[in-house]
Amino acid sequence: MSAFSAIGEDRETDRDEFTPGIEPQATWCPGCGDFGVLKALKQAMPEVGKNPDEVALFTGIGCSGKLNSYFESYGFHTIHGRELPVARAAKLANPELEVIAAGGDGDNYGIGGNHFIHTARENHDMVSIVFNNEIFGLTKGQTSPTSPKGHKSKTQPSGSAKSPIRPLSLSLTAGASYVARTAAVNPNQAKEILAEAIEHDGFAHVDFLTQCPTWNKDAKQYVPYTDIQQSDEYDHDVSDRQEAAEIMYETESKLYEGEVLTGRYYVDEDRPSYQEEKAATGEMPDEPLAERYFDEDAEWERTADELLDYHK
Amino acid sequence: MTGQELIWRIAGGSGDGIDSTSQNFAKALMRSGLDVFTHRHYPSRIRGGHTFVEVRASNDEVRSRGDGYNFLLALGDSFARNPQEEAYYGNEEVKPLSENLHDLREGGIIVYDEGLLEDDEIADLNLEERAEENDWHVYPLNLREIAREHGREVMRNTAGVAATAALLGIDTSYFEELIQENMSGDVMEANLTVLEQAYEQVSEMDQSHDLQIPEPEGHDEDQVLLSGSNAIAYGALDEGCRFISGYPMTPWTDVFTIMSQNLPKFGGISEQVEDEIAAACLALGASHAGVKAMSGSSGGGFALMSEPLGLAEMTETPLVLVEAMRAGPSTGMPTKPEQGDLEHVLYTSQGDSSRVVFAPGNLRECYDQTRKAFEIAYDYQIPTIVVYDQKLQGELRNVDESFFDREPNGDPGSVLTEEEIAEAAHHASGKFQRFQHEPEDGSNVSPRSVPGQKDGRFLATGNEHNESGHISEDPQNRVFQMDRRLGKLDDIRTDLDENASHQTYHGPEDADHGIIVWGSHQDTVFEAVDRLNDDGHSVKALGVSDLMPYPVEEVSEWLESVDQALVVEMNASGQFRGLTQKEIGRFGPKLSSLLKYNGNPFEPHEIVEGFESSINGEELAANNMKYVPAAGD
Ligand SMILES: Cc1ncc(C[n+]2csc(CCOP(=O)(O)OP(=O)(O)O)c2C)c(N)n1
Ligand code: SF4
Repeated sequence: MSAFSAIGEDRETDRDEFTPGIEPQATWCPGCGDFGVLKALKQAMPEVGKNPDEVALFTGIGCSGKLNSYFESYGFHTIHGRELPVARAAKLANPELEVIAAGGDGDNYGIGGNHFIHTARENHDMVSIVFNNEIFGLTKGQTSPTSPKGHKSKTQPSGSAKSPIRPLSLSLTAGASYVARTAAVNPNQAKEILAEAIEHDGFAHVDFLTQCPTWNKDAKQYVPYTDIQQSDEYDHDVSDRQEAAEIMYETESKLYEGEVLTGRYYVDEDRPSYQEEKAATGEMPDEPLAERYFDEDAEWERTADELLDYHK
Repeated sequence: MTGQELIWRIAGGSGDGIDSTSQNFAKALMRSGLDVFTHRHYPSRIRGGHTFVEVRASNDEVRSRGDGYNFLLALGDSFARNPQEEAYYGNEEVKPLSENLHDLREGGIIVYDEGLLEDDEIADLNLEERAEENDWHVYPLNLREIAREHGREVMRNTAGVAATAALLGIDTSYFEELIQENMSGDVMEANLTVLEQAYEQVSEMDQSHDLQIPEPEGHDEDQVLLSGSNAIAYGALDEGCRFISGYPMTPWTDVFTIMSQNLPKFGGISEQVEDEIAAACLALGASHAGVKAMSGSSGGGFALMSEPLGLAEMTETPLVLVEAMRAGPSTGMPTKPEQGDLEHVLYTSQGDSSRVVFAPGNLRECYDQTRKAFEIAYDYQIPTIVVYDQKLQGELRNVDESFFDREPNGDPGSVLTEEEIAEAAHHASGKFQRFQHEPEDGSNVSPRSVPGQKDGRFLATGNEHNESGHISEDPQNRVFQMDRRLGKLDDIRTDLDENASHQTYHGPEDADHGIIVWGSHQDTVFEAVDRLNDDGHSVKALGVSDLMPYPVEEVSEWLESVDQALVVEMNASGQFRGLTQKEIGRFGPKLSSLLKYNGNPFEPHEIVEGFESSINGEELAANNMKYVPAAGD
């Protein structure tokens, strides 16, 4: 048996395999958009031919962070805003793992904004699903970085003076090589986009619009939406950065006026992933690092011999 | 220290090559067969400012900074000599003569660079009179001129080393060798010429001093000149650490740099990331995926790691962190040592902590305890912290090469193989029980799998969780899991007691008095203890290097055997004494403290004085230290 025989295992998987053995009682509110992410993700897995043991799912904290309680795979529910740095090291340690990171808009655009920028900038090969419900869900409805200007919450009773962050433009500028937006209300598009994002070699940012009927009273704002790939009105070359930037800007402005555009915005197939970049500098091992610890023939060189000469 | 000694101090501005010159000087003396030790003093600036390095050399073992020094090589500051440079480097005057004279011993030698020191600095000093009073032997030399004539101005350091050799009777061949090894072409040739010319010129001068280089007795083994940071990094590499993530912060940067330069050669990965939170998270992610990983920082950066550290505890993910202390609070004094982060390291992060803390007391322990930190982290699935300070980080010392000749260890600790996972006890649901309440081997360590292994799926979460890792607030499960996680500390304590106790005993076993020390001042205290015993006192010392779990039994036994004990540490509140009292409260009335927190490490004589005044009940004469009597005194 090899050390990681689940990886690349050639077998058909079924979406039900991604459902935990003992179904934990789902603690999301009825009607929560998070169910849509879970469903789309489970459906995407057989599509990309992955089995639960080769998938490592890293989540942040919040309602969104509970994703891996209901998704069967190797899971790491980390801390608020930090799923990306944990995830990217796992990918470096074992590039053969399918690494998925998921968190809320609070996780990725707020507290962990720095990690989001740098993970995108470095173009780590992973998917980052951001549950964008324009609110802090788990802590009971405070204003989040994507809440609209003027949004009233218990902590901003007179309405937020801050303009919302522009997540698509942000990740594009930072360096993400795949940027898309989808919505929980559209399971088919969501599944397709997630499958595509998983197969993409590089940082794939999926801003996932999820309604929060409990705290965000405009929860239904994401219906109806327009799929830009299906619409004649919105036609742009997804590999063209400038065109992508323009349409993102437009989309992000319109979102708060009620016109919801979803779909692929930017896909750069040519940009090497971080692992490849790092390999090019000679600082990335050829074989997955994690394998070495299980390889009986691995040579563990004595550092002493090589390094001490310098100190003599 | 019974033999003869030279303590050579080279002083000038930061950026003047003081550091590299002193390193080579130390290496040359080591190669000649002497024991060496360096002490570095530098301000928090890149160029300019008052800097010195001392090299202490003897034919006997040297393991600490000495008392004062007996040879001063005062080089001027070569920077900021025109307005443009001044704007860049600042105009703080560097006064290598006046700033250093107070520690120069009687009978000492002064060499200063006439070409670089301002006339008025020298005039203001009253040097002649003071030299007579203290029996100093002063040699003004135009080192800059010699360097210019035979090479370039920057080579005045070489001229200074040559002058030292000529005055002390050191064979210059060791310096020649080092120049040949480290340089090439014209630069090498010019340096060799400067060395030779300066040596000849100074040899021909009239010399009035007695000080000479100690007669080398030679080493039995090949020697290497290392810092504590080297030893920590090499310990990590030998123990199979192949992943490091970090963000620069003095003095942690040292270990991070050494690791980054070497890891790729051994097939490992180094990542400089956006901040310290990310750094700790990356190490955690790599470890979760099955690689031996490490991160670290200094005070402020370590504060940012507090939450990931707790996550490692709760998810039982092995993690090794290094905390390189500098004087705090906040950014404090970036280039000055202090042992002020002990409580930070022991208690930071929320909840009841389950972590292991080691504080190496010398170079060898830096290597050994780093190895042990990995072993414990990966065997027991617990974060371990190696805490050391700017003193151990910066000082160089020679040790036998053979000491480091250890077998590498690629064992991933408690991770199961796929065969073992297949055989592991499974719950009715068919799920792997990553956080079993009662692991089958009777230990508190539950079996671990890593992502990608067949049928080893589990959820790691910082929330309280049940046996398969799912979030649970079930009261009974909570108690089981807490008890098991904390129970590991008792197992580790037993393991350390039986196999790898890092406490060091020094001095006569039946001594009446004791001195306790932790971390970087261990050897300074041992040297002081030797002196105290030579002077007729009855003292022994205990160096405690395992801090958590605390070696209760060993320290208790030792404390039973003395009338009273002085705890020596470099902070203002006596943190280690506090820890000892917390762990073994009944000794409170026996413990008093000698504290220093002005940014400069203890010199052995200071500990001697502190001890003497403590047992005589006298007030401490030195105002750079503080004595805190035992509670109830
Ligand atoms: C360091 C830290 N600060 C604050 C919290 C409290 N907290 C938990 S979830 C959350 C906000 C979550 O919002 P978001 O990321 O948008 O996720 P959602 O719940 O909406 O899915 C906060 C502030 C925390 N757990 N950790
Ligand atoms: S609070 Fe909002 S985000 Fe959280 S579970 Fe309920 S609906 Fe979903």
